[in-house]
Amino acid sequence: MAVCIAVIAKENYPLYIRSVPVQNELKFHYTVHTTLDVVEEKISAVGKAMADQRELYLGLLYPTEDYKVYPSHMIKNMAVTNSKVKFVIVVDSSNTSLRDNEIRSMFRKLHNSFTDVMCNPFYNPGDTIQSKAFDSMVSAMMVQAS
Amino acid sequence: MESLTLTDGEQKYYSDLFVYCDTDNTKKVASNGRVLDLFRAAQLPSEVVLQITELCGATRLGHFGRSQFYIALKLIAVAQSGLPLRVESLNSVKDLPLPRFVVAKNEQEARHTAMYPDSENQGSYQGVIPRPPGRGQVKKLSAHEVIQPCVPTVEPQLQPDTTSPVVSPHQSPPTSPHWRKHKRQASGGNIERQPVVVAGAVWTPFREAQAGPVVSGDGMWSANSPPPVQESWVSLKDAHPPSSSTLPAIHCSPVQENSSIRTVASATTTNETQRHSSGGYDDPWKITDEQRQYYINQFKTIQPDLNGFIPGSAAKEFFTKSKLPILELSHIWELSDFDKDGALTLDEFCAAFHLVVARKNSYDLPEKLPESLMPKLIDLDDSAEVPDQAPDVGYSGSPVEVTPNKSPSMPSLNQTWPDLNQGNEQWETFSERSSSSQTLTQFDSNIAPADPDTAIVHPVPIRMTPSKIHMQEMELKRTGSDHTHPTSPLMANPPDLSEETKLATSMKFVTVNSGDGYSSSDSYTSDQDPITSVVTRQRSHSGTSPEGLKVVAAPPPPPPRPHASHSRSSSLDMNRSFAAVPTGPQLAGVVAYPPAVPPRPLPTQTSGPHSGHRSDEGLAAHSSTSPQQIPEQPNFADFSQFQAFAASDQPSDDGEKHPESLPVEKSSEGAGPLRTVKSDNQEERAAATVNSAKGSIMAPPPKPVRRRLKSEDELQEEALPLKSNVIATVLAAQPSIPRSVGKDKKAIQASIRRNKETNTVLARLNSELQQQLKDLLEERISLEVQLEQLRPFSHL
Repeated sequence: MAVCIAVIAKENYPLYIRSVPVQNELKFHYTVHTTLDVVEEKISAVGKAMADQRELYLGLLYPTEDYKVYPSHMIKNMAVTNSKVKFVIVVDSSNTSLRDNEIRSMFRKLHNSFTDVMCNPFYNPGDTIQSKAFDSMVSAMMVQAS
Repeated sequence: MESLTLTDGEQKYYSDLFVYCDTDNTKKVASNGRVLDLFRAAQLPSEVVLQITELCGATRLGHFGRSQFYIALKLIAVAQSGLPLRVESLNSVKDLPLPRFVVAKNEQEARHTAMYPDSENQGSYQGVIPRPPGRGQVKKLSAHEVIQPCVPTVEPQLQPDTTSPVVSPHQSPPTSPHWRKHKRQASGGNIERQPVVVAGAVWTPFREAQAGPVVSGDGMWSANSPPPVQESWVSLKDAHPPSSSTLPAIHCSPVQENSSIRTVASATTTNETQRHSSGGYDDPWKITDEQRQYYINQFKTIQPDLNGFIPGSAAKEFFTKSKLPILELSHIWELSDFDKDGALTLDEFCAAFHLVVARKNSYDLPEKLPESLMPKLIDLDDSAEVPDQAPDVGYSGSPVEVTPNKSPSMPSLNQTWPDLNQGNEQWETFSERSSSSQTLTQFDSNIAPADPDTAIVHPVPIRMTPSKIHMQEMELKRTGSDHTHPTSPLMANPPDLSEETKLATSMKFVTVNSGDGYSSSDSYTSDQDPITSVVTRQRSHSGTSPEGLKVVAAPPPPPPRPHASHSRSSSLDMNRSFAAVPTGPQLAGVVAYPPAVPPRPLPTQTSGPHSGHRSDEGLAAHSSTSPQQIPEQPNFADFSQFQAFAASDQPSDDGEKHPESLPVEKSSEGAGPLRTVKSDNQEERAAATVNSAKGSIMAPPPKPVRRRLKSEDELQEEALPLKSNVIATVLAAQPSIPRSVGKDKKAIQASIRRNKETNTVLARLNSELQQQLKDLLEERISLEVQLEQLRPFSHL
């Protein structure tokens, strides 16, 4: 059950944040932001092993009193640049998160939709994601989860 | 002036129109300009308009008061319905449809926003009057927000009329089916109103498109010549009327509450739209031919190859010229790039262009790509399949192509298939497989042209190969192709072979039915070069059996395959042999036999001369046939030559070979015929891959030869396949019977004995073939098992 889904760009600014419980956003934003530190820490630990595309499912970062945060750090090595786009899913703790596969599938779907958005020539990397398809997909994920 | 009684609907309608024309906001006088525009929009002849103006008294007054305006409107309605303009008609005509107008879009916005307050102020009414097309045109952008809140209000019956126009434009683009649904729902006037309004809304944008795009088009599409733009707009308009007319007609018909809403109105609107139609939005997203042609020309300017793609960057530049906001362009792109490959095919480009045109006409973009804009698969399918040679190759090829190339087939396939998801998955799966085993793909392609022989049994070889692609092809073939036996090569072989044999030979073994295919296949082996032929056959069989071997450590094409392959080659050989046969004088009547006779007899026959080596073991011969077949093949070649001169030189050679190949099968029995029979049996057994052709060829001649030269049985046996001999024997026996009839009992008994022996031989042959069949089936099962084992891996 995802209550919040966020897409963070490489520079750690959000490309897309969507929350379900209408507008607890500030709190979610804060939570997501804190996860970035953890993510960064984990990335740095990995070192230079970023030659190929690998999907780092960092798994459960930490269970807050209310929510558990799952970040998935996607590292893509595209030609020259490394595009570090982070997907963060916040789920409600009340809902058992034992469905690791489900979380992974959610990230996969996120990744696919994000790729579609990237493919759009009218999308400039760094812009906020305004794709309706992406929105609908995220909404579906959040609705279904909760 | 004349008293004018208006129905409620008319009242509202007219008042709205009056407001529309009341640019000066005087609430009393409609500006002449607007009124005239409105009258023009009514699409009536100018003299009629003049007459109306005169009749309503505006000419007198010099301006259009409300009453004059109303009268004029009513007269317009009268005129549009084809009635003569009479003052009396104003009140006498009942159930007059509302006058129809096509109003320029530019005014609509103002109108629209002005309308909303008006409409909302107005009370609800039952007799829903569809908004005149000219009105309530929703400006997608600005009105979108307005529409949204209004939409929910539409449902309740008490919705003001304007809500429907608010809603309709938003809904109209998507599909006419929606309209139909609305129409069906006899629930409230609103819903019924919607379709009509929708239709109206549709027209308006079109009308505007004429003015707007033409102007903006020049600036917008700098790369394009303005004339084409206008032309396209014109064409769009032209295309519109028919659709719009039908739509309103349909929608109007169910509206029974309001009699004023009639198809007549829609018909008039149609006429109106003829002038103003824009963007051929039949349905309303259909692309007219002219439009499409225009799009195609534009496509060519970017990408000369119509089957190629326009990269995203180029498309971005192109569509940016349309001056639409990036967000909308992005949305359009999302809609039109169906296969999400970052490039536009011709169909995708046309869809995108069409959407841009619609947007330029202030037409709301749909949430999903309309069906009519979806890239069509048919053309793409054809183009995609054309390069593929065989259907199975085509099937396998398309998934393969999907992955490596952004082939048009991909989007087309994905789109046309009703179950897109499954289709995608299937194709993805295949593509994964194919991409993972691209070498195998190549094999497939190589197989087809590799060998003319193989072409005949194309399905068979592929199937036999345990490679993934072959499995895929098998599946594809199973599902899509007419090829039989996607699973068992054996199964495939016999039918094919049998067919071939039939072609080649008119005669089959009389008694051999079950193993006919095999035997015939065996008899087919006629390659001069047995080894290569075997290899070829193997190749043809499994297509890529060698590769299959490499790919999977599966049972290498064992001897059984050679059987089949032999059969194929034998068929060829038979052809050759047939060609050679005629040369032989002795072969005159024997042609019938050729392919039917398994080559087995040949080896046995050839070994006959070396009788010492022969053995009567039919079964043994069977097992040894395969290895022997190969060496036997050259013998067949020799045999054919044999027949020509029935030389005894070669028999020895053949005999040597045959004995090698044929395990001491032949037993040198006394009677020539007997020996022949037995040798035939042995040959049959051993001739799994024996050149049946040769054998068969040999058979015919041997038969007569045998007849004459019993002493030369050896030669004859060598020359003739056992089976052919057997048959020949049988046949010979038959003719001999009549001969013997006239002779003494001995002859009869001899013939009886011969027949019995023939029967025995054939029965043995039958059993051998049965066993062969079982072996092949077992092999098939083992291959299938391997297949199953392989499949799950390929899925991963």
